Amino acid sequence: MGIRFDAVTVAYDGNVVLDSLDLAVQAGEVMALLGPSGSGKTTALRAVAGFVRPSAGRVFLGERDVTDLPPYRRGIGMVVQQYALFPHLRVEDNVAFGLKARKVAKTEIRARVAEALEMTGMAAYARRHPRELSGGQQQRVAVARALAIRPDVLLLDEPLSALDARLRSDMLAELARLHRELPDVSILYVTHDQVEALTLADRIAVMDKARLQACGTPRELYRAPANAFTASFVGNANLLPVTVGADGVAFAGAELKVDTAGAARGSKATLCVRPHLVGLGDGPNRLQGTVSEIQWRGSTHRLYVDVDGHRVMADVPELRTPPAHGDEVTLHFAPRDASLLTAGITHG
Amino acid sequence: MLVHSRGTKWAVWALFLVLFLPLFALPLLVVLGASFATHWSSILPSGPTTAHYSAATRGEALQALTTSLVTALAASLIALTVGTWAALAAAALPKRVRRLLDALFVLPVAVPSVVVGLAILVAFSQPPILLNGTRWIVIAAHTVLVTAFAYQSVSAAIVRLDPAYEQAAASLGARPGYVLWRVKLPLLLPSLTAAAGLCFALSMGELSATMMLYPPDWTPLPVLIYAATDRGSLFAGSALAVVLMTATLLVLLAVSRIRTKASYR
Repeated sequence: MGIRFDAVTVAYDGNVVLDSLDLAVQAGEVMALLGPSGSGKTTALRAVAGFVRPSAGRVFLGERDVTDLPPYRRGIGMVVQQYALFPHLRVEDNVAFGLKARKVAKTEIRARVAEALEMTGMAAYARRHPRELSGGQQQRVAVARALAIRPDVLLLDEPLSALDARLRSDMLAELARLHRELPDVSILYVTHDQVEALTLADRIAVMDKARLQACGTPRELYRAPANAFTASFVGNANLLPVTVGADGVAFAGAELKVDTAGAARGSKATLCVRPHLVGLGDGPNRLQGTVSEIQWRGSTHRLYVDVDGHRVMADVPELRTPPAHGDEVTLHFAPRDASLLTAGITHG
Repeated sequence: MLVHSRGTKWAVWALFLVLFLPLFALPLLVVLGASFATHWSSILPSGPTTAHYSAATRGEALQALTTSLVTALAASLIALTVGTWAALAAAALPKRVRRLLDALFVLPVAVPSVVVGLAILVAFSQPPILLNGTRWIVIAAHTVLVTAFAYQSVSAAIVRLDPAYEQAAASLGARPGYVLWRVKLPLLLPSLTAAAGLCFALSMGELSATMMLYPPDWTPLPVLIYAATDRGSLFAGSALAVVLMTATLLVLLAVSRIRTKASYR
């Protein structure tokens, strides 16, 4: 079952926290809502769950308009950052909660609780209380509890934020596996972490300042971001202010060859180049500057190069003799690795 | 601990004992001592006897103890129900209305209990609700006096309750009533039992409003203690006081056992 936002606006006391969101999540699709805090992504999720009431617009689950339905009539599974497991109930009773509330037959409850715990690898912990579990285990139980009601739609609100980095990547793989096992469940995944979004999502909706900034597959957003915000939030990006020329752009007194399709000659635009696609040394599209900082990151060196007052980042494979602070260096990038952003010229 | 050196630790303990003993412990010890005595003319009581206790645990005194226990139990149960209900309802109200409700519930505490007693006496001495001369007027007065505490402690607990639990339950398909019984009340149980204990203890000791209201066949123990000391039977009164204290402490102990069990979960 899909989710559809139809011009959904949410405002508290005239303060707009979600501005006319139009977005459709297909059945069986994983859609990540990616954005910084305060971008409206959690509000959008809570509008689907029924915990905030849109001041305008409608929310659909499949063909059903659920805007006016209370949360308990929506049949949605939800997992939140702090798990919210019921501390007074054992793991099995936490998982059975939704089934008991729906008056499912006892024998079936037992089977479905076992199934959900099996699926999340928590069967051995059924008799424990939540406080006897680690954060990662509690998260698994929260997922099992949400899945036990066999929802068509699963809402995940920053589900991995409270876990440490190692556990997070394990759980990420786990969630991907669960989705393969439940291919019909639509998942709306709210996160501020681009890695989670890029790894898990079929499509990413990038949110900022209460608005949808861009929506597309991770690859589309990464390769050809629609605007500067998307470029800098989905992966790292060098965003250079350029002037569009005949068959390239002018930047810091140099001519750079890039695809200028769709950009008017003489107009101002932003050139987006990913740091790992910038090489050190001579090549096409040269940029010359001085090293302002150099960081060793194990397998790579990150160079910060000052090119005519603009900071350009380059991630290069670990160098045997890295340049020092203040050295003159030449950088280059291939024309096809740059994308020209004509809309939303904001640098920052 | 804020102090680390041995000397200062001892000093703090000494200060604590100097303040604590005379103020809190000694009076209780004196009552305990007096309850076993027939004379107290020198430093220590003399003429040890258990006669006061045999008197304090039968007949009129036993009746008064039962009266007190029944009154306190009824008042605290009603207060807990009403207070919890009101606190739950208040939590869903807009802030301004909630403030008003808070103020209303504090009123019986802010007003001297003698005034509350008088108000209830005047209000229920005439039809349509004629309670004067019955046990119900005592229970009603106690309920009014302790509901404020129940309301306050439960609403404080509700504010601390993470709304995420309620929302998780709702998203799993639980209706508000089911959420209340299966999630909110169980999570509030420690605060509910604490509130019940507080109400019970307050009711067991209530004297000033009770004095104006009690009918002859419903004399709570504090009234009996007052009467005994008033006619000069200090030692008999002390024995009654010890009985009252012990009964109250036993009930509170039982309640706190429920509480530790509830918060362990």
